[in-house]
Amino acid sequence: MLNKLTIQKWLEKEGSAYSFLAMYALLFIVFIIVPVLVAFLLSFTFFDTIQFPSFIGLKNYIVLLTQDDIFMKYVLPNTIQFALIVGPGGYALSFLLAWMLAQLPKLPRTLFALILYSPSMTSGVAMTVVWKTFFSGDQNGYLNSFLLGLNAIPEPIQWLQSPQYLMTIMILVTLWSSMGIGFLAMLAGILEINPELYEAASLDGINNRLQEIFYITIPSMKPQMLFGAVMAIVSTFQAGAIGVILSGANPTPQYAGQLIVNHIEDYGFLRYEMGYAAAVSVVLLMMVLFFTRLANRLFASEE
Amino acid sequence: MRTNWLGRFSGVHNRGINPKGFHVSQLKFYVILLPLAALMLLPIIFIFSHAFKPPDELFAYPPRFFVVNPTFKNFTDLFSKMSNSGVPVSRYLFNSILITVVTVAASIVVSSTAAYALSKKRFGLKKALFAINTIALMFVPIAVTIPRFLIINNLGLLDTFLVHILPGLAMPVGLFLIKQFIDGIPDEVIEAAQIDGASDIEIYWRIILPMIRPALATIAILTFQAAWNNADISSTYINTESLKTFAFYLGTLTATSTGANAVAGQGIAAAASLIMFLPNLVIFIFLQSQVMSTMSHSGLK
Repeated sequence: MLNKLTIQKWLEKEGSAYSFLAMYALLFIVFIIVPVLVAFLLSFTFFDTIQFPSFIGLKNYIVLLTQDDIFMKYVLPNTIQFALIVGPGGYALSFLLAWMLAQLPKLPRTLFALILYSPSMTSGVAMTVVWKTFFSGDQNGYLNSFLLGLNAIPEPIQWLQSPQYLMTIMILVTLWSSMGIGFLAMLAGILEINPELYEAASLDGINNRLQEIFYITIPSMKPQMLFGAVMAIVSTFQAGAIGVILSGANPTPQYAGQLIVNHIEDYGFLRYEMGYAAAVSVVLLMMVLFFTRLANRLFASEE
Repeated sequence: MRTNWLGRFSGVHNRGINPKGFHVSQLKFYVILLPLAALMLLPIIFIFSHAFKPPDELFAYPPRFFVVNPTFKNFTDLFSKMSNSGVPVSRYLFNSILITVVTVAASIVVSSTAAYALSKKRFGLKKALFAINTIALMFVPIAVTIPRFLIINNLGLLDTFLVHILPGLAMPVGLFLIKQFIDGIPDEVIEAAQIDGASDIEIYWRIILPMIRPALATIAILTFQAAWNNADISSTYINTESLKTFAFYLGTLTATSTGANAVAGQGIAAAASLIMFLPNLVIFIFLQSQVMSTMSHSGLK
């Protein structure tokens, strides 16, 4: 009786809150929480999609670290190289461009913001046509034709099929589209800073722009800096498909553009080694977690 | 002596952050930004230019960047075409439009109801749930493609229309942005409505929703981009050709496995690319001021 009463009271007090949350919570559990848990569990099993997964302990992780030559020789170094250039590079570029835009009047600022943001609206598929035409391997490719015209190269180069160029092109294309939602957040953050702070700072003897950025601008917009950092990290790791899109093959030519995301797809959907692919997924999630924690350290607001 | 026009452009208010007008100190930014923006715009301009090229210009040597004799031929070719499996192109486009519209509408409802509860209701798990959602901001969907596949298979959603829509509705960034925006609405507004006897649903519908239009516009854009550009769901979770999206179809046009197609299909692929890109751009242009006002609430503490 008492129990029923407390439940009723609880329902009256909090029931409506939970019913407002219900739809989102259900979808969040089904499509985010459960997949992460399943990935974690599957990573300790052998699973070929036909038989029920069998528990094999840490074997997948041990194989990944000791026997997967492709992972150690190509995928991991590629992923680290790609992530270290595109992540911090795209992030710094976003901040610097936002900082410059914030110092222009509204109309040019809006126009520039639109131009810089628009690449992030394009999708991999929609841009394939453009990149394939730009970097096409015959003399009709725009880059080849341009360089041949300048006599800079003796013969057409197979840009997207040569291991030595593929990674560079992947990085450039991803940087091109990295001014996304984090960029907009940082732009809004800079514009929100109280102008009196700058006046006070100049009275306190801060007299060059670099000092101003590090002592006033960034500390005053730490929350936006952190949001931008998280978005940069996520989009960097999410951008993994670009190598396969550009070269048109998984694995990419001589694994030159193979990133961890492609490795997961390779094992999961091409070889049906789901347990092993799950272990690689867990490693990927851990990498994201690690970098986000790092960003947290840098930009956490002291309260 | 300072001339008048120079005085106008050197006022204190035109320096520094968010100036009202032009100032000579801004020139250095234009010098950097103009060439950079022009360079970044090239691929975008190319989408437009390429889509209107007649065949002889598509394959001209040396290649031309800008179109000389624009034509709609690529578009008419595109829509008179059937895919290899006999599905007309308009069917893919129809699927994409329907999926995008439903996803955007559903996403607004799902995210904003949850955001209202997390921002303005009092309940035990409030802080914990918001913290979980904040951690989920760093969720990388591509990492869990395989478990998602198993779950979707077990739920019987494989090869259905719903699988295009449901996974995208769990959008931590969307919930986060709307919640931060609702935090900006003073509690007094809601208390006043409660005193007047308004129910929770009335408060949500009559007070919250009209006040958070910029945040809703932002979520609409983000969901639109994710849904409209999505080719992965069609290739991973859908077998029936007539349930696949336009983005997927575009992917098949440019795939290298169909080598012969890659030459013959250049023109229609270019037209399809433009159709993919243009709606993103138009919607963003219309809603950009709302997005900017939402983003100033985006800070992560």
